[in-house]
Amino acid sequence: MVTRDEKTQKKRDLDFSTTSYLNRASLPVRVFIYSFIAALCLVCLLPFINILAVSLSQAQAINKNPRMLFPEQITIEAYKYIFNTRTLLNSFGITVFATVVGTLFNLLVTTMGAYAVSKKNVPGQKIMMWIVIIPMLIGAGLIPTYLLYNELKLIDSVWVLVVSGLVAPFNLILMRNFFWSIPDSINESAEIDGAGDLTIFFRIVLPLSKSVLATVGLFYAVGHWNDYFTGLYFINSNDKWPLQVMLKSIIIDFNMAGMGSIGGGVSTVDVSRLVLQPENIRAATIIFSIVPILVLYPFLQKYFVKGVIVGSVKG
Amino acid sequence: MIGKPLPMANKQTARSSLWKRIVRNKWVYMLFLPAFLYFVIFAFVPFYWIQIAFKDFKIFLGVNASEWVGLKHFKTIFADPMTGRLIFNTLRISLANIVFGFPVPIIFALLLNEVVGRRYKRLVQTVSYFPHFLSWVVYAGVVFAIVGPKGALNSLISLLGGKPASFITDPGLFIPVIVVSGILKGFGWGAIIYLAGISGIDPILYEAACIDGAGRWKQMWHVTLPGIRPFIGLNLCMAVAGILNASFDQVFMFLNNSNKTVGEVISTYVYKMGMLSNKYEYSTAVGLLQGVVSTLLLVSANALSKRLGEKSLW
Repeated sequence: MVTRDEKTQKKRDLDFSTTSYLNRASLPVRVFIYSFIAALCLVCLLPFINILAVSLSQAQAINKNPRMLFPEQITIEAYKYIFNTRTLLNSFGITVFATVVGTLFNLLVTTMGAYAVSKKNVPGQKIMMWIVIIPMLIGAGLIPTYLLYNELKLIDSVWVLVVSGLVAPFNLILMRNFFWSIPDSINESAEIDGAGDLTIFFRIVLPLSKSVLATVGLFYAVGHWNDYFTGLYFINSNDKWPLQVMLKSIIIDFNMAGMGSIGGGVSTVDVSRLVLQPENIRAATIIFSIVPILVLYPFLQKYFVKGVIVGSVKG
Repeated sequence: MIGKPLPMANKQTARSSLWKRIVRNKWVYMLFLPAFLYFVIFAFVPFYWIQIAFKDFKIFLGVNASEWVGLKHFKTIFADPMTGRLIFNTLRISLANIVFGFPVPIIFALLLNEVVGRRYKRLVQTVSYFPHFLSWVVYAGVVFAIVGPKGALNSLISLLGGKPASFITDPGLFIPVIVVSGILKGFGWGAIIYLAGISGIDPILYEAACIDGAGRWKQMWHVTLPGIRPFIGLNLCMAVAGILNASFDQVFMFLNNSNKTVGEVISTYVYKMGMLSNKYEYSTAVGLLQGVVSTLLLVSANALSKRLGEKSLW
């Protein structure tokens, strides 16, 4: 039974809201600190508000007032445009696939491996640990990896997005630390009852590990979602590009040719009457790519913070 | 006399009990097997292709049939004037990030610790953590949208009577843009570890400091900062160990033809040479050098952190 007090205490642990000083700072100092922090947060936040406003405004209004915080001459043409071009949605679908399937495999293999290295008194335990740690220290580099993937026929296959980075050593160590924190007595009593390693793992350890599974699962999921370089290095065909590669081409290289054409007819049209221009299309694309993260943000924040704390506590 | 055969017997029982322990733990090994296969294939097998750094790699001949050329590619690297430029750019960006970026999360955590209101604190955390969850592609897109020629920042600068700047293409503004955008994306998230450290400090220490007449400033200096020293130490070691990486993910997004004189770093050049110009040998050789130096830095930084009684990475 978790009491209310324990719940609020847990919440407080996550947002570090207990202040340790006995006496407060003097009023002017406090006013300064509060407003400084507020200013910093505004600098963080205002760009997003500006981009949201731009994404909903017509070209003419954007040119007149690029620093708007509220949409002017509201239009959703930019969003219609990005949804009408199949390329972005196609990439979105590929990334959803990589995230869902990839995270499932990540969790399965990482959890099993972490449990194995968390067991003490297993011959070869040190060797298993080094097999995990060495890849964290040194990699063979880009070209050797490329040549391996070439042998494995992974180049230009969407499966490369699932397979590469199947186990992140950091996440495995995080889980191992969590398994270590499960009291030995629970394992021992199960062993006395005749439970084997597999039974203990599936029936006892996993049900106790829901929160660390959520944490590591979200680490992996966000990793897949934000993964740019796997797609850049190993996927050549545009129609297999994951979301981030497509986004780079649209919002950074400003390459909207693949999305259809807005530049083609511009010279014959009166530019000042144009509703769309690269700026609001880019803004809409940015907002489109942020929304999924924003929807999951409450969970992400909670479990990511937990993960950082669990990862930092061990000696 | 009688003692002689005993060790033998001991050894045998030891061996058979070792075997027994292995058999008893068979399922543990089975659970490790998938991770084992993954690491062997995807992390260890690629080292086989390291040999092309010492060969003239002909893709139609394959790795084995290609001719050994010794250190030829490494000599080319050291004779190439580009190499010095790359190392200089890499170190300059890393140092700028460490000097200006590293203290920000620490200062932010110390300031946030002064905030008493819970709601305000949560709001600040929610806002400041957010950019961490975006990829560098998206965040660089945000930065470009704001600082670009038709962006809000230049419009604001002209409003205030300044001269608009070309933040994206001006080589002189490359490092400031990198450092500031890096800080904005990471300062909130980076502060978590320090906030956790601060909340773990024993309140008795503050009481004692108070009784000794320490004001708030002195409490911060003599209690809070020493309390989070292990985290500062570990993070600094990590930053130094990653010095050759020069926040590759970020630099890659901001690099273009106009700013490449200051922005081209080792990793971006390895990518360009290897993947775009098909200079496999060059790229592998540079990657190998970079990997070896980075690993040495990481291992010694970790050892140093341990030696100083701070935390270890693993």
